[in-house]
Amino acid sequence: MSHRTFTHLDALESEAIHIMREVAAECTNPALLFSGGKDSIVLLRLAEKAFRPGRFPFPLLHIDTEHNFPEVIEFRNHRVKELGERLIVRSMEDSIKQGRVVLRSENQSRNPFQSITLLDAIAELRLDACIGGARRDEEKARAKERIFSFRDEFGQWDPKNQRPELWSLYNTRTHPGENMRVFPISNWTELDVWEYIEREQLEVPSIYFAHWREVIPRDSGLLPVSHLVQPSEGERIEKMMVRFRTVGDMSCTCPVISQAKNVNEIIVETAMTRITERGATRMDDQTSEASMELRKKEGYF
Amino acid sequence: MSEVKNVRLDRAELLRFITAGSVDDGKSTLIGRLLHDSKSIFEDQLSSIARTSNKRGMQAVDLSLLTDGLQAEREQGITIDVAYRYFATPKRKFIIADTPGHEQYTRNMVTGASTANLAIILIDARKGVLTQSRRHAYLASLVGIPHLVVAINKMDLVGYSREVYERIRNDFAAFAQGLRLSNIEYIPMSALNGDMVVERGDKLTWYEGRTLMDLLENIDIEHDVNTDDFRFPVQWVCRPQTEELHDFRGYMGRIESGSIRVGDEVAILPSGLSSRIKEILLYKHSFEDAFAPQSVTLTIEDHLDISRGDMLVKAGEQPQIKKEFAAMLCWLSEQPLDSRRKYIVKHTTRMIKGMVNQIDYRVDVNTLTHETADSLKMNDIARVVMKVQQPIVFDDYAHNRGTGSFIIIDETSNNTVAAGMIC
Repeated sequence: MSHRTFTHLDALESEAIHIMREVAAECTNPALLFSGGKDSIVLLRLAEKAFRPGRFPFPLLHIDTEHNFPEVIEFRNHRVKELGERLIVRSMEDSIKQGRVVLRSENQSRNPFQSITLLDAIAELRLDACIGGARRDEEKARAKERIFSFRDEFGQWDPKNQRPELWSLYNTRTHPGENMRVFPISNWTELDVWEYIEREQLEVPSIYFAHWREVIPRDSGLLPVSHLVQPSEGERIEKMMVRFRTVGDMSCTCPVISQAKNVNEIIVETAMTRITERGATRMDDQTSEASMELRKKEGYF
Repeated sequence: MSEVKNVRLDRAELLRFITAGSVDDGKSTLIGRLLHDSKSIFEDQLSSIARTSNKRGMQAVDLSLLTDGLQAEREQGITIDVAYRYFATPKRKFIIADTPGHEQYTRNMVTGASTANLAIILIDARKGVLTQSRRHAYLASLVGIPHLVVAINKMDLVGYSREVYERIRNDFAAFAQGLRLSNIEYIPMSALNGDMVVERGDKLTWYEGRTLMDLLENIDIEHDVNTDDFRFPVQWVCRPQTEELHDFRGYMGRIESGSIRVGDEVAILPSGLSSRIKEILLYKHSFEDAFAPQSVTLTIEDHLDISRGDMLVKAGEQPQIKKEFAAMLCWLSEQPLDSRRKYIVKHTTRMIKGMVNQIDYRVDVNTLTHETADSLKMNDIARVVMKVQQPIVFDDYAHNRGTGSFIIIDETSNNTVAAGMIC
């Protein structure tokens, strides 16, 4: 290696490793949020780079909506086993049983309620830091978020009152009951994530690649048919070649039409794409211009 | 909008820059123009701002709306705090720290500038070098941004006059001589019409220099990091204590400056003990050498007591080790400095107690004159003497951003209240 080969991916990787090690050293009880999605897959490789040959100095935590694609849960379990690290799963079903989450209907999107289960898990496990895979390029509310994002005892984000973040001197301090959300890949774009997945030859769940799937065209997106999503009157099911750009709640995560069968083809499509990641794939972020900002203020990632 | 956004960026470098200027200087329009002309705006973003422009009764799409972030800001029509934007060309990936230009400007600009390779200072060609342009230039020099671009904008409103451009350039250059600013580039432009941003346009034919994009893509940033002095603050000590790795001790951290090779003699500071580098590791790879800003794991030949907060340096490349040092301080908090109080100082990977022992002077950022002060409030910049509980290992900020910078944290509120640069 020499100066000449220090690429943007090397710079982003080194920054993320540095951030993870700061969390490990300065926070008392951190966890890494792992959902089986591509961003958290990247986080796991960065954690391997940061801490091997040692074990991760934190457990992995999955906030399970139980509206996940089965391929993603299968992948999650396989990857955790391969790593030999500890996975904690907290499920929204528990929050529903305890009356902490009240749904209007069984098939309603569960994304907005993830915050409640997450905040409950933070309190139960006494976490003072959660490492997450959010990126600033995803959404305009995220563009203003710090790498170490402070949350008060209600888990709330106050965009007008964030700690200034200078150089790479992160202020990790919290009082009991407060916590940090830490985003090591804040500065990565969707394209950077795929390029890193290619460079590191990381496995991803199969639904990221183009496959035939039954979908319902609704509003401007395509909804995947499942036990949660069935056609309403006047809608029809179509079979299309699609892939998912994000893997969230099955009831509101839309695939895009694609021919990309491998990571390299995804990179080419991503480099040429004309629609933002969330604009194309998340119905819940389109309800109002400020929906992500409002959800974040309430404790969402 | 059928153009291809980007091609693949396998060998792209990363350049971080900041834009300084107020809304009136056309800063948001410039950023919008860079994103638009480099094909980094997505269709749904463009249609969203087109709708908003329409709602507000505008004729053309207002590119400045792209940098509008939060609901609170849209309601008030202002920008709060630093927002980060991303775009890429085949040559480089760019991170813009977009800082708003209202009264909290000093705090926000210092924050955005702390990680920047380059600053663009916007000047309205109709107004010339104003007090705020001087303030921006001073802050850029204070934070030691390696490259400065003075964008003389709104040339369309002065008839693309070469004379106006040259007068402003000379005014700025005369002023910049007094600051420690080298590497200044001047570009006449119209962000609104796109002249000299990405495209040259056909109005500024007398200007033979580079466009802004040409400069951003090609400016040499390899030497922005100190390549001379090896500095490795230990972040984390890895001791797996498993059967096969029973004696393994890896010192994990990021190389802040300089480079290191296997076999090099290193000193561990502040203890002063020495050893040799045995291995340079990362995950499944091992390297013969490594350089800033790589994150690596180092092992050494001897069993020494090394922990987080210690620094490995190369023998013969000694930093300073002191409990008392002078620094330029930028106060960031609404809560003013209480010079009787102890604060927490975070420097490299150490957190220790410390206090501001003395305020030598406060800088009036508009006139650059020095004045006496016995406290500091938000946005104040001052030269102070710091005193910390244990000696810290540091270099002057001018030589080493990584080992010359620190932050001050209020122990009660846990807020970051000041940023310091050792001098």
